[in-house]
Amino acid sequence: MYIIGKGITRKDSLEKVTGHAKYTADFETNDMLHARLVISPFGHALIKQLDLTEAQNIPGVRAIVTGDDLPLTGEEMRDRPPIAVNRVRFNGEVVAIVVADNPYLAMRGVEAIKVQYEQLPVVNSPSEALKPDAPLLHPHLDQYEKIQGVYPEPGTNIATRTKIRKGDRNKGWTESEVQVEEKFAFRISDHAAMETRCSLAQIHPNGMIEITSSSQAPFMIKKLIGQYFGIKPGSIKANTPFVGGAYGGKASIQLEILAYLATRAVGGRLVKIMNTREEDMLTSPVHIGLEAQVKLGCTKDGMLKVAEILYLWDGGAYSDKSIDLSRAGAVDCTGPYRIDHIWCDSLCMYTNHPYAAPFRGFSHSEVHFAFERTMDVLAKKLKIDPLELRYKNAILPGHTTPTQFRLNSSTVGNLPKCIEKLKELMNWQEGQVVKHGRDKVRAKGVACAWKTSTIDPDASSGVILTFNPDGSINLISGVIEIGTATKTILAQILAEKLKMDINDIYVQMDVDTVNTPEHWKTVASRGTLMAGRAVLAAADDVISQLKNLASFILRAPIGDLEVGYGKVYLKGEPNKQIPIKDIAYGYKFPNGNSIGGQIMGRGHYMMPGITNLDKETGAGKPGPEWTVGAQGVEIELDTKEYRYKILKAVTVVDIGKVINEKTATGQVKGAMSMGLSFAARETFYFDSHGTILNPQLRTYRPIRFGEHPKYEVAFVETPHIEAPYGLRGAGEHGLIGMPAALGNSLSAALSAEINYLPLIPELLWKIKGGG
Amino acid sequence: MAQSLPQKITVPLEVNGEARQVEIRPADTLLYVLRSHLGLTGAKPGCLNGDCGACSVMVNDTVYKSCIMLAVEVAGSKVTTIEGLKDAPIQEAFIKNFAFQCGYCTPGFIMNCQALLKNHPHPTYEVIKEWLASNICRCTCYEEIEAAVMSVMKGERP
Amino acid sequence: MLSADIEYYRPETIQEAVDLFQILKGENKRPIYYSGGTEILTLGRLELAAAGAFIDIKAIKECLSFGFNQSYLIAGAALSLTSIEEKNLFPLLSATSMGIADHTARNKITLGGNLCGKIFYREAVLPFLLCDSWVVAAGGNGVKPIPIGQIFNQTFQLEEGQFIVQLLTERNYIHLPFVSIKRRQQWETGYPLITVASIKADNGLRFAFSGLCPFPFRSKEMEAELNNIGLPVPERVKRALAQIPGPVLHDVEGSSEYRLFVLENTLNEIILELEGE
Repeated sequence: MYIIGKGITRKDSLEKVTGHAKYTADFETNDMLHARLVISPFGHALIKQLDLTEAQNIPGVRAIVTGDDLPLTGEEMRDRPPIAVNRVRFNGEVVAIVVADNPYLAMRGVEAIKVQYEQLPVVNSPSEALKPDAPLLHPHLDQYEKIQGVYPEPGTNIATRTKIRKGDRNKGWTESEVQVEEKFAFRISDHAAMETRCSLAQIHPNGMIEITSSSQAPFMIKKLIGQYFGIKPGSIKANTPFVGGAYGGKASIQLEILAYLATRAVGGRLVKIMNTREEDMLTSPVHIGLEAQVKLGCTKDGMLKVAEILYLWDGGAYSDKSIDLSRAGAVDCTGPYRIDHIWCDSLCMYTNHPYAAPFRGFSHSEVHFAFERTMDVLAKKLKIDPLELRYKNAILPGHTTPTQFRLNSSTVGNLPKCIEKLKELMNWQEGQVVKHGRDKVRAKGVACAWKTSTIDPDASSGVILTFNPDGSINLISGVIEIGTATKTILAQILAEKLKMDINDIYVQMDVDTVNTPEHWKTVASRGTLMAGRAVLAAADDVISQLKNLASFILRAPIGDLEVGYGKVYLKGEPNKQIPIKDIAYGYKFPNGNSIGGQIMGRGHYMMPGITNLDKETGAGKPGPEWTVGAQGVEIELDTKEYRYKILKAVTVVDIGKVINEKTATGQVKGAMSMGLSFAARETFYFDSHGTILNPQLRTYRPIRFGEHPKYEVAFVETPHIEAPYGLRGAGEHGLIGMPAALGNSLSAALSAEINYLPLIPELLWKIKGGG
Repeated sequence: MAQSLPQKITVPLEVNGEARQVEIRPADTLLYVLRSHLGLTGAKPGCLNGDCGACSVMVNDTVYKSCIMLAVEVAGSKVTTIEGLKDAPIQEAFIKNFAFQCGYCTPGFIMNCQALLKNHPHPTYEVIKEWLASNICRCTCYEEIEAAVMSVMKGERP
Repeated sequence: MLSADIEYYRPETIQEAVDLFQILKGENKRPIYYSGGTEILTLGRLELAAAGAFIDIKAIKECLSFGFNQSYLIAGAALSLTSIEEKNLFPLLSATSMGIADHTARNKITLGGNLCGKIFYREAVLPFLLCDSWVVAAGGNGVKPIPIGQIFNQTFQLEEGQFIVQLLTERNYIHLPFVSIKRRQQWETGYPLITVASIKADNGLRFAFSGLCPFPFRSKEMEAELNNIGLPVPERVKRALAQIPGPVLHDVEGSSEYRLFVLENTLNEIILELEGE
């Protein structure tokens, strides 16, 4: 390989270490207006009175937008007013937008608006939401517009139900000699990207609506705002500069709608709306919560036979992406094992909580926490080593997934190999629990993980390549640089293909939906597969155009030509060549005659064969391939006080092919860090009014420097045939098994079943009988 | 409701070696003045609450979170933002060690590392931890940032 | 950023500061003394604090002094917490201080600001409570030292217009054996679940607490139980728990039951360590 696999430094390096990289909020002009939000302090209430008078009289307040006469919004089902009307359904819901000359006047406007609420009974968890007498969040659930594949149950708080019916559960139970059943729960939490969401919007005199936003999905901004407000898609332009962390949270279209409403209210003037940290946590969508019941059956020697599962997702007050999240949780409702009989109901529940956005792993770390914890409970009951149980049941080519898709050696990675490697790296033969002095134990926990990406069957990615006069190339892709270095990797893929110096490839970091070809959304670890394939297609397009022209000039058949190292040359006679720079803008003969012209490459990719799921059984092919991995955590626990340190965290993932060793390792470790932080500390605390008590980074605490363990990452490479150089998605997989592995290590250390998150010492103390 | 015009005051600042005069409200934070008055957007708003460190800058040789500091408090002091660093070894070390991903926390982290290395050229791990726990990075696992600091400390030419 | 407009003053003498307060108050400008300002700015952003004028005390030289005279360690109210830690003239204060917020924030947070904060942990007060320090307060009635036991009851009972200039701590307290332990909900970030500071004085161990009740305190009653050397340590601790002078906090950091569990362990640990010496 020429450049694939190498730790090439990131293309955005210098911009980022000098502070010159521009994020949405960094754009500011003198004539810009600023918007701020009035938000609900309660989880569920009627708005009895909204008094704007005082705010309207503040000089410099230009407009106040309320929720009257706005269309309902929502990605799969339109159940959400962009601004609340008469009723608020979660703490943080927008009640009004104030637009003013500067941020502090907008704040004054917000402070001057007086809202009278009458509190309503609060639905504070998905299981409460399921109760027959629970308050109904959406009495008109039957009337909402929705897309195919959404199955709301009017008269309840169920926004949708996804069913997985594989095999015959009764048969599975008959064949089972040992069974376990466990329950799990954790509340919603947050992405806590360091950049709070920010959007700018203006309406140009020709009617063009221009929205700049910290988003993972500028093309969805264009599409959804167009649909919601009946605007022609060509009249909306969305821009995305650098994005300061997203992790799924910026794939939802939310703040952009408010920015549009704000500019519309001030005659199209440019308006900036930037979330405070509190609004970013409360008002913008969050990380979904879950309650789960998992029942597993197996033979005496540990061969899994049946899984019966109920997932109740805390989708929050509106369904937006939580419908899809609950569906993705059903698709991979078990861990990566062969199980012939699976029965799963995955319910997206309405609650009086902030609603959900995708979160790195898209429901998989959540589902895996429940499932992989249950696997350990089963191993304990069977008195089988937990890794051995996983190894025995590992999913292999030839097996089928819960959605009954039959896997082959391309569509699933090599899990047994990952487990073997993990065993080594964890020093597993040392024993799972080792005493360390009087009150200390060291314990290890493991989990396996898998994930496919449930993306729209017609999601596509496009790439354009243009040349500079020196033969260097501009690479233009709709992938957003959210931190994953995908654009650096695309440049590597192109450099490999054209055997060229990566420094001669210029990637356009910003995305603008007018001049950049669409990339569906920068989500689901699919950037490298989809945009990578589009790059290869665009490169092929360039190669063919170069060869055509060179064939004429070199007087050689096209079939004998090769492109690479900055030139087109004869395979058999490499000295016979012409530099690309001499033909990329057409070829000029000595007498001035010129032929050819600018060469522009175009390429696109759409994943073939993706299907919707069958309503009754869930059968279908939801994604392109399943990345698998095995993960472990080692902790040291004080058995007297229940405090613990995470010593080490390990991930072995079958990444298909490592394109950039440094950025791949960075992605996996970063995901592990986020998974441990989520598992060990992150959650929102609610009071009985549904009010969140910790919407700040001071009280909602992501892991910090010095709290981190030692990380180890190893890769297995089993190629995914469709993907460039065989790579597999890996931006999320480091996260998926972390909560379960940490839970398993603590459960082993304490000989107790720890089935809740976050795994704080107080929880351990309670489970061990404290309090 | 009648509002009095905001009382603005003129404050001299020395930012990245340049003398500047800014006309501000006394209530304006240093972060706001840097970004909105001086166009120095390297320092990032992350929490406006002193919690995340993304807005860290140096005042004289001390690192501060510019969101919990009034601009008027630093009148006459030397303010250094990320834009004021010129080829500092820590910047190169961040690149070589892949110590950033999305890059949003990076200016704050780099300013904190810069201040750390200026005040403690050879810090112990405990000191590094004490200092760097002031910033949140949500993308990396922190090992990369530690490696960047260590490489500068050891005088490694990246 | 604060939405309201404020006025900002930076007096250079105590008298100037005190006078300014009276004048601004007379003009109905709602003055407050401003030291590190971190809490004023963060709570102000959430509309939780309303002030019209800040009197910054950081240019007053008495507020910045840090050193020993004949009998006392003098610690100025405007010292940043990190400057106190770096000079480390008062190891117990350094140790307690290092648990507050984070290093960069402590470059801005001052001793006086923490002592007078609205956020109820105010951990920097613990060492001074243990050492029977004196508080030098300045106000309309002049500058006077007051025993901390007289002026501190959950919060500093300052008169309107009064501010803390310095704290004086007798030299012989400074190098007594001490322990300062901060336990958090998880790991090493965040507010305390409980913070306990303790010193070994001639007449026994002294204890002060933050995070246990919605105010920091030192309790003579608890100390009496904890120093009851006729009893085994766990029994002494149990008896001390019955003397906690207020409701035990029950909040997002932890339940009151769990706090008591942690407190019990922590007290046992401290007594074993300090009595063992």
